[in-house]
Amino acid sequence: MNVFDIIGPIMVGPSSSHTAGAVRIGKIARAVSGGQPAMVTIELYGSFAQTYKGHGTDKAIIAGLLGMAPDDERIKDSLELARDLGMAFKFKKSGNKAVHPNTALIAAVDSQGKKTIVQGSSVGGGRIMVNRINEINVKFNGEYYTLLVPHHDTPGMIAAVTNLLADQGINIAEMNMYRSQRGGEAMMVIETDQAINEELVSLIEAVNSVKKAVLIKPIY
Amino acid sequence: MISYDSVQELADKATKKGKPISALVLADQALQMERSQQDLIEEMNKSLQVMAEAASKGINSGSKSASGLSGGDALKMKQAIHAGQSLGGMVLSETLAKALAIAEVNACMGRIVAAPTAGSCGIIPAVLLTLKEAYDLTEEQVVMSLFTAAGLGMVIAKKASISGAEGGCQAECGSAAAMAAAAAVELMGGTPQMCAHACAIAIKSVLGLVCDPVAGLVEVPCVKRNASGAANALIAAEMALAGIESVIPVDEVIAAMKDIGDAMPKTLKETAEGGLADTPTAKKMAREIFR
Ligand code: SF4
Repeated sequence: MNVFDIIGPIMVGPSSSHTAGAVRIGKIARAVSGGQPAMVTIELYGSFAQTYKGHGTDKAIIAGLLGMAPDDERIKDSLELARDLGMAFKFKKSGNKAVHPNTALIAAVDSQGKKTIVQGSSVGGGRIMVNRINEINVKFNGEYYTLLVPHHDTPGMIAAVTNLLADQGINIAEMNMYRSQRGGEAMMVIETDQAINEELVSLIEAVNSVKKAVLIKPIY
Repeated sequence: MISYDSVQELADKATKKGKPISALVLADQALQMERSQQDLIEEMNKSLQVMAEAASKGINSGSKSASGLSGGDALKMKQAIHAGQSLGGMVLSETLAKALAIAEVNACMGRIVAAPTAGSCGIIPAVLLTLKEAYDLTEEQVVMSLFTAAGLGMVIAKKASISGAEGGCQAECGSAAAMAAAAAVELMGGTPQMCAHACAIAIKSVLGLVCDPVAGLVEVPCVKRNASGAANALIAAEMALAGIESVIPVDEVIAAMKDIGDAMPKTLKETAEGGLADTPTAKKMAREIFR
């Protein structure tokens, strides 16, 4: 904690969890789906579902999907902006009580028809936790440079990827492995202290069994 | 290094060094964040600018929030001031107007600085910006006083809470008032020990205040609680500057706030299930908004 956690952040109101946090969830979804989607369906849970209109949670998530930051004054006009920019959107309320009360599940479809799912929760003070990418349950908060490496669950994967990072002097702050089942689809989530460049992303994508590597830049 | 475990310790250290609390906090934070003091001052100054913009924008806007629950009160306050209807003097009236203005900007999805939260964002700027105008203080002085506010806020966040969902409104508007009170004391030339007393006095006045926002939105009673929080800060600062002391030491007051927050039922901590949010009028409004 530092002074700017207390006097700050600069943000668009009215609520750090329902507005600023929601922008960040949208921003992560944009990064994971590789840019601005052509169409998004957003499912809201708990208090997000109950109060989204009054808190502007809908506008905030759309603003994040359009690449805005939580202090962008265009957030309140984001729904019109999305229409102008050709991003179709739909909101659904979910009654499911099993998930964290401030959660959004974003299903984004790009112009080629490829679908990406990102689920995130706003956990207070504008901070978020991403808890699902496509079919895999994950856990990261977007504070670091974050690399998502979906791959086929085979031995030696971790070493192959982390060696590439080490070669460039990149320090891993946290790293986790998630998989749907043994030998099935898996996802490595690597958070690093230093910036990661596109070249490194391509090198990782060239590793056998790696399907893709997605880089998410820090969102705070 | 400062551990931010105790307001009294902060005040004692400042007293011993013969410096204001803000100077200690600034020096410590520059060390901890590995940045220059100048750099931190510039970043804090940016926040002050956003605060001032929100105040002047909100005071003239008069527009309603998306829910229709709030908006237009800052303008009414301003008109009353212009009509010469100030009851408690200009400093108080101007403070109330700014606190309402900034809280309304927040409710209308305008740009604010969370201080310490978005819900309580009007309190600290209203107090400090009003004192700046009334007593011709410099921007640098006000920026420095924000470091005092932040330093005390860090202790409160660490030892109790600054979130309505965790500790009720005492933790949100109460903490903001305590931080504003201490900053105001420092701005007006009070000692570090007076800052600590102001902090304690402000919190004591709102111990037990619950968080019960109508329809779960940060508008009713929040906008007006920003005004009363700012007034609370002025009152506490004025008493402390007069040499009045808090009988219960500041750190014990903060601990009491935590205990009270923990004992508060969930229905009174931002869930909109109790208090004002559970009144017939509030429930009717909520039904209309979310229809
Ligand atoms: S009532 Fe609750 S939401 Fe409103 S200002 Fe107080 S703590 Fe924040």
